[in-house]
Amino acid sequence: MNNLTLNQISHNSHLPSQVKFKFFTPGVIILCLFALNGLVFLAGRFLFGIGSVTNLNNFYPWGLWIGVDVAAGVALAAGGFTSAALGHVMHKDEYHSIVRPALLTALLGYTFVACGVFVDIGRYYYIWHPLVMWNGNSALFEVGICVMIYLTVLYIEFLPLVTERFMGRVKMWGFLKIFNPILEFFLRLTDKTINKVMFIFIIAGVVLSTLHQSSLGTLMVIAGDKMHPLWQTPVLPLLFLVSAISVGFPMVIFESILASRSFKLAPEMHVLSKLGSMVGPILGIYLAFKLGDMFIRETFVYLKELTFPAIMFYSEMIIGVIVPLIMFLNKKVLQSSKLLFTASSLVIFGVLLNRINNFITAYKPPYAKVAYYPSIGELSVTIGFVAMLVLFYRACVMIFPVITQNHNHVEIAKTKSKVIL
Amino acid sequence: MNPEEVNSKSNSRRDFLKGIATVGAGVAGLSYSAAYAGAENILSEDRFGALVDTTLCVGCRHCEWACAKAHKMPVPEIESFNNRKVFQEFRRPSNSSLTVVNEFENPKNRLIPINVKQQCMHCDRPACVSACIVGAFSKTAKGPVVWDSDKCIGCRYCMVACPFQVPTFDYEKAIQPMIYKCDFCAERQKGGDIPACVDICPVEAITFGPRSELIREARNRIKRKPEVYLDYIYGEYEAGGTSWLYLASKIFTEIGFPKLSQKAAPGVSESIQHGIFAYFIPPASLYALLGGLMWMSKMKKEIDTEISKEIEEEERIEKIHRIDMEGKNE
Ligand code: SF4
Ligand code: SF4
Ligand code: SF4
Ligand code: SF4
Ligand code: SF4
Ligand code: SF4
Repeated sequence: MNNLTLNQISHNSHLPSQVKFKFFTPGVIILCLFALNGLVFLAGRFLFGIGSVTNLNNFYPWGLWIGVDVAAGVALAAGGFTSAALGHVMHKDEYHSIVRPALLTALLGYTFVACGVFVDIGRYYYIWHPLVMWNGNSALFEVGICVMIYLTVLYIEFLPLVTERFMGRVKMWGFLKIFNPILEFFLRLTDKTINKVMFIFIIAGVVLSTLHQSSLGTLMVIAGDKMHPLWQTPVLPLLFLVSAISVGFPMVIFESILASRSFKLAPEMHVLSKLGSMVGPILGIYLAFKLGDMFIRETFVYLKELTFPAIMFYSEMIIGVIVPLIMFLNKKVLQSSKLLFTASSLVIFGVLLNRINNFITAYKPPYAKVAYYPSIGELSVTIGFVAMLVLFYRACVMIFPVITQNHNHVEIAKTKSKVIL
Repeated sequence: MNPEEVNSKSNSRRDFLKGIATVGAGVAGLSYSAAYAGAENILSEDRFGALVDTTLCVGCRHCEWACAKAHKMPVPEIESFNNRKVFQEFRRPSNSSLTVVNEFENPKNRLIPINVKQQCMHCDRPACVSACIVGAFSKTAKGPVVWDSDKCIGCRYCMVACPFQVPTFDYEKAIQPMIYKCDFCAERQKGGDIPACVDICPVEAITFGPRSELIREARNRIKRKPEVYLDYIYGEYEAGGTSWLYLASKIFTEIGFPKLSQKAAPGVSESIQHGIFAYFIPPASLYALLGGLMWMSKMKKEIDTEISKEIEEEERIEKIHRIDMEGKNE
């Protein structure tokens, strides 16, 4: 009998479940403050115009919000499609435990990308215009439409988690009670149909991702000579795609280790080190493309002097690509959660810096009298968005079955047995 | 395995393939309409242009006043425009002034400065038109590049794209901020009038007419007075050619013009875009490829589990046999 219960526990804990943990901790309260601060500046933007909170002007029409909230946001949410490709398309079962966390990150990431676009465009109430007013020549149109469709796909991919959690458990209070059976019916209907068609959306998600990840690179190509030659190249779309793929797994590793730390679970090293072993080769390919492009266009001449762009280029390449590349190729790193975390953070830093460089550092418009740097308002909004994203993530893993909790860990086993008792 | 199970499995396989085919067809259908949605420029042979002769311009800035008046923008009395103090600062076209006149030192004669009127160049292959996410910009066959406020979402990608850094934006407006740039007086042109700035210029520094004739005229002027003019028409080839053309006595980069190649700004990005989306064949093939991969890996997994099930079954039977034997032995 005893044996049986133990078996059940270990079996159940292979499946994702809600994390049971208290929501508010000191860290969470600090995040809330950052989020509030961001919202205050956002209110300013909506009441008094974009100029009232940003340093943007007629020479620098795009700044931190497009460079980080949108471009870097999309790249860092790439974990969603890379792990979907690995887990679902390749049917590698051992990676199933990372698919849901990655899906949730992508979903929240893209939601905040959409929010970033919403606050950055001057006429936010026309955000739907690209749906009906098409310009197939515009890279931005392509990015916009693709991101809209992909966001929808992500929400559809998330539906099974909702049905799994709430089917048979719809309990709303008060007069809302009358809706309970209807909601229950829809949940059951979704549950019956969704799994049959899910593969359509999963493949569509991967295709849409490769499309807009590369089109994001095409965005700055049209700026031509306004962009520093260290970054301006016709192969930008390829570089953007490969770097997005390279940051996919590091992002999953980063987030998985962070989550296990904050929920006091043991990190799933057997999965994470396998994921990590795939990062090295991808980073190698990226480095080869990047260097190849540099030698073909002979842009290394700009690296001779330590100008600001050159320093930014060196930082991006050395700290963000070469160092983590060496780390990821090392067996010791793959086995240690601390080193793996460091290496992943470096890749994330590298891609973040690369997007900032492409959209801000490299952009040198004619006639500008002073260079652009982000204002307190822009920084506040960006930090606020990141804080909100983390808070939503925390809330979601407590509501939905996202995280696979490692049964080897004592504390979890204890709470579980309490639940059973 | 019972027959029912087999049936449901092959059904799901058929569903799978059907699903992929439907999506493929949908994507192909989309591509057809998308292929014709792109803003293609049909340029008229006798499209209009304007030739600015900076050696004639006296910097009276009446063109600035006339332009504001013609666009119903708030504007002070014309007399105030004679104040030459504004030239101390280099200015660019802005929300309140779609065209601006700047002043530069004249190396040949310090007493007669060089004045240059600037505004949108009305490119033949405009970056703004190619870039605009909703196609709010369009190049009209007759020359003007115009902006449609009803479409614009205020993303400012046009400003990122424009090689001359011309369009400007209402950063201080929370609702319905506008994009501003010279529209070549498209409305007046439709009514048969010449642009307001051309009309008012007291010294005829701006000539309005068919672009091809303007180029001929510019060549003639250079030939007649080679000691005055640089042998160069700015705008003839810059960024793929522009409707507005300039003559000058001083190197163009020293009088406020960017040095640009002859390549049209949208050239590279459009060919990349069209490469990736050529009739949606690449995305559709990727879709099919991934679909195939997914199907194959699913099949493989099913076979694997079946095999392992069979093995388990065999082992179970063997075990039962063994227990049986042992029982008998006892
Ligand atoms: S690639 Fe397909 S989904 Fe993306 S914008 Fe173009 S048509 Fe739409
Ligand atoms: S691929 Fe070519 S034809 Fe198709 S939409 Fe783009 S430009 Fe037009
Ligand atoms: S100068 Fe700029 S705004 Fe004017 S047509 Fe050319 S690209 Fe467009
Ligand atoms: S700001 Fe308006 S006109 Fe300019 S690209 Fe965006 S939508 Fe088009
Ligand atoms: S053409 Fe019309 S809009 Fe353009 S500068 Fe002259 S007056 Fe202004
Ligand atoms: S009105 Fe004519 S002369 Fe006066 S500033 Fe304008 S272009 Fe020059």
